[in-house]
Amino acid sequence: MFGKLSWDAIPTTEPIVMYTLAIVGLMGVALVGSITWKRKWGYLWREWFTSVDHKKIGCMYIIVALVMLLRGFSDAIMMRTQQAMAASGGPGYLPPEHYDQIFTAHGVIMIFFMAMPFVVGLMNIVVPLQIGARDVAYPFLNALSFWLFVVGAALVNISLGVGEFARTGWVAYPPLSELGYSPGVGVDYYIWSLQISGIGTLLTGVNFFVTILKMRTEGMTLFKMPVFTWNALCTSVLILAAFPILTATLLMLTLDRYLGMHFFTNEAGGNPMMYVNLIWAWGHPEVYILILPAFGVFSEIAATFSSKRLFGYVSLVWATIAITVLSFIVWLHHFFTMGAGGNVNAFFGIMTMIIAVPTGVKIFTWLFTMYRGRVRFETPMLWTLGFIVTFSIGGMTGVLLAVPGADFLLHNSLFLIAHFHNVIIGGAVFGYMAGLTYWFPKAFGFRLNDKLGRIAFWCWLVGFYFAFMPSYVLGFMGMTRRLNHFDNPEWRPWLLLELVGVAIILCGVAAQALQLFVSIRNRHQYRDLTGDPWDGRTLEWATASPPPLYNFAEQPKVNDLDAYWGMKERGVSTLSHTDYRSIHMPRNTASGLVISLFALVCSFALVWHIWWMAAFGLVASVVAFVVRSYDEDTDYFVPAQEVARIETARLKDLAEA
Amino acid sequence: MKRAMGYCLVTITSLFLLTSCNLVVFNPKGQVATDERDLIILATGLMLLVVVPVIVMMFVFAYRYRATNKKARYSPRWASSHKIEAVVWGVPLLIIIVLGWVTWETTHALDPYRPLESDTPPINVQVVATDWKWLFIYPDLGIASVNELALPVHTPVSFTVTSDAAMTSFFIPALGGQIYAMAGMQTKLHLIANETGEFRGIAANYNGPGFSDMHFTTLSLSTADFQTWVTKVKGAATSLDHSTYAQLAKPTLKHPVTYYSAVQERLFLDIVDKYEGMNKANKPRRSPLSDAAQRTDQHPSLLAEER
Repeated sequence: MFGKLSWDAIPTTEPIVMYTLAIVGLMGVALVGSITWKRKWGYLWREWFTSVDHKKIGCMYIIVALVMLLRGFSDAIMMRTQQAMAASGGPGYLPPEHYDQIFTAHGVIMIFFMAMPFVVGLMNIVVPLQIGARDVAYPFLNALSFWLFVVGAALVNISLGVGEFARTGWVAYPPLSELGYSPGVGVDYYIWSLQISGIGTLLTGVNFFVTILKMRTEGMTLFKMPVFTWNALCTSVLILAAFPILTATLLMLTLDRYLGMHFFTNEAGGNPMMYVNLIWAWGHPEVYILILPAFGVFSEIAATFSSKRLFGYVSLVWATIAITVLSFIVWLHHFFTMGAGGNVNAFFGIMTMIIAVPTGVKIFTWLFTMYRGRVRFETPMLWTLGFIVTFSIGGMTGVLLAVPGADFLLHNSLFLIAHFHNVIIGGAVFGYMAGLTYWFPKAFGFRLNDKLGRIAFWCWLVGFYFAFMPSYVLGFMGMTRRLNHFDNPEWRPWLLLELVGVAIILCGVAAQALQLFVSIRNRHQYRDLTGDPWDGRTLEWATASPPPLYNFAEQPKVNDLDAYWGMKERGVSTLSHTDYRSIHMPRNTASGLVISLFALVCSFALVWHIWWMAAFGLVASVVAFVVRSYDEDTDYFVPAQEVARIETARLKDLAEA
Repeated sequence: MKRAMGYCLVTITSLFLLTSCNLVVFNPKGQVATDERDLIILATGLMLLVVVPVIVMMFVFAYRYRATNKKARYSPRWASSHKIEAVVWGVPLLIIIVLGWVTWETTHALDPYRPLESDTPPINVQVVATDWKWLFIYPDLGIASVNELALPVHTPVSFTVTSDAAMTSFFIPALGGQIYAMAGMQTKLHLIANETGEFRGIAANYNGPGFSDMHFTTLSLSTADFQTWVTKVKGAATSLDHSTYAQLAKPTLKHPVTYYSAVQERLFLDIVDKYEGMNKANKPRRSPLSDAAQRTDQHPSLLAEER
């Protein structure tokens, strides 16, 4: 009746897991209780859960990303503690079967459920505003993408309390991830959480590709698009081309595990090398999916806080396009040590280095944007400056790893770990934090507390260097990744130093949590009525904060790269004072949530081989989708009087500000 | 206070310098590792040519053009300069051209499949990674050992590597780079030890719960000592045939060093062949070990047993 699922699936013998579950359970009860107490369920349902508004969906993405950041970071703390404790031959406090799940979960969560939603969340909030659109091209699809992504995140978290997660590392190389070596449900949780959220991501790619190409406001030619939007466009192209590879690869692994096929098994003609190639053919573009939007954030911030045009816009755009194309022909650098010949290794090594050229150009572009500017060291700019230094170091070690002869010695060592944390934290995450601070006032109408933001930045920056510079050294000392215990006292001081780094980052995270709390509590004090708190340059700053549901009462006309900056200079008002027209908008719908809920039922049942439930979930989600397809009442008009009312209120705010 | 902090810093730094004498990558014991280290230093040096100026420029520009410095020139519309753009594209490009050329040359020179040039004839070692130990077969000597690899110094070693379980990576950091070990396939690696000594060998790719304990000792021995070692192994009680191998291949943790006085002919090829992989080493006949391959369907959860 319930497949492989029984009471034994709950890890009652693991005190760490049980305490975690108890704490999470208490927090959950407190949250649900307080929402019920304050009678906010109706509000949440109407305004958020069923919303198709890109701004609200973007906020929800980022909220989930921040929650998952806490989860992934807890994993990091546990791993660092384990390695610091087990450095002298002792077993530490985490046995391999638990530790191996933690490093797998850490990777999966940080990439798929922290970085990806952060990227998509920022794109959701910013892109339609930057191009002067009223929403994305497919608002319902956008909601569906979000809820499918939530299903993936939910599955990973369910695996904590029901069953186990994969013990394979975050890319789940076969044959280790095949049934023969991983008979438990861990890999199945891995497969279905990535599969469902991956479909959500693919739909997001479609959505933003069309939105950016088709919905730009009048006058905004491709080469007048803000740089963040350019990066979002390239990111969408990468998603469109790369995520189907992930879907297909996971599907083949699924067929191996569920139907006894032999795509990647050791036996019967299976070929694990094929999986390794395929997963990185997706995985390398994925890295650029994470970093390109961050590059976009830095470009916007560098120009805004230098009060100056972005240097070399055309160069920067072409550099971005070059990176987009090149990122598809470098995947083999993840496994030079697999034994491909000299020609193949050299080709992929050199291709990888070539990416360093457009990336280097980007960094110079930001430097020359500051040159002859008036640089204001607001928190987003601090993140940008921290990024430039940190990312330059990470880029350098990356190019070093792209030299096959060097990689043979450094592959899979902590040097590699140091490198990719150097570019992912120092590049992508710094970018997301900068973007969060920069656009938070736009999304919510009040700023974040500045002092705590600065404290958070310095903790992250210093903590990062303490946590990961020792990893480079440990790599040179021959320490390989994913070790549970080892007997090498020489490594210990460095591992303790890393633990100190993690503690400093923890202070940064705590400062951010406190920052959110303080800012929300004192939101009236931090209120921004102008809609343009940073003296911005692009269209998102031309409207109110938070923007009205239709973004712009009248879609702005653009004839300049820094559209809003140009308007401010020429004294053109972005507000039309009379003659409001009714505005065509999409209607909220619960369909995305309902379809995804059934997808969750289906995927959970598949993990546990509960076939009747899986069939039910699949059929129900398809039926829900069909029902939605026949729904003709999907849009409405905001009446002109309502627009006039909102805009008059905005004018009053502006007069006060 | 400042002084105390200074002392503290000095102590910490010297402590780290003391322990860091053992940077194995910068302290190679073999020719391949030496060449690879030199390559790391050269490539890093080349890149620092552009990375250092970038970091310096960042601090200089950020400080000079800070908003409070009204003396600095402010050109809010200045956004392009062909000269600067030529430099920012040109300089990285030049460095990458040089580095690309270095990469092309060294990737071929350091190709792990390429036999090393030496007057001494090479010694062959067949390496099998099983859960979670390393088996070394010396086909020319007809002996084998587990978790201990002995090599004569100054002699090129030709490794042929496979796995009888999940994929992992065969790596002796002091001697040179690594190569993956994969079931049903053979990969090759050529190394040479320039000094005698004991070096750590590891599995460098995670392959399951016993991964952390899957390491071995590499003994680089003088010719005489190597002969003594061979004699010692030849005196071992057991020999390695299909049945003792099947026993050995079962998952174990911290497997003790074991010697085998004799090895059944073609054992290594049979291990490769039982998976019917792509690189059929032994086409004509079906491997007698292929039935054993089925065992992976019920891979025993070793740690559950242990606990």
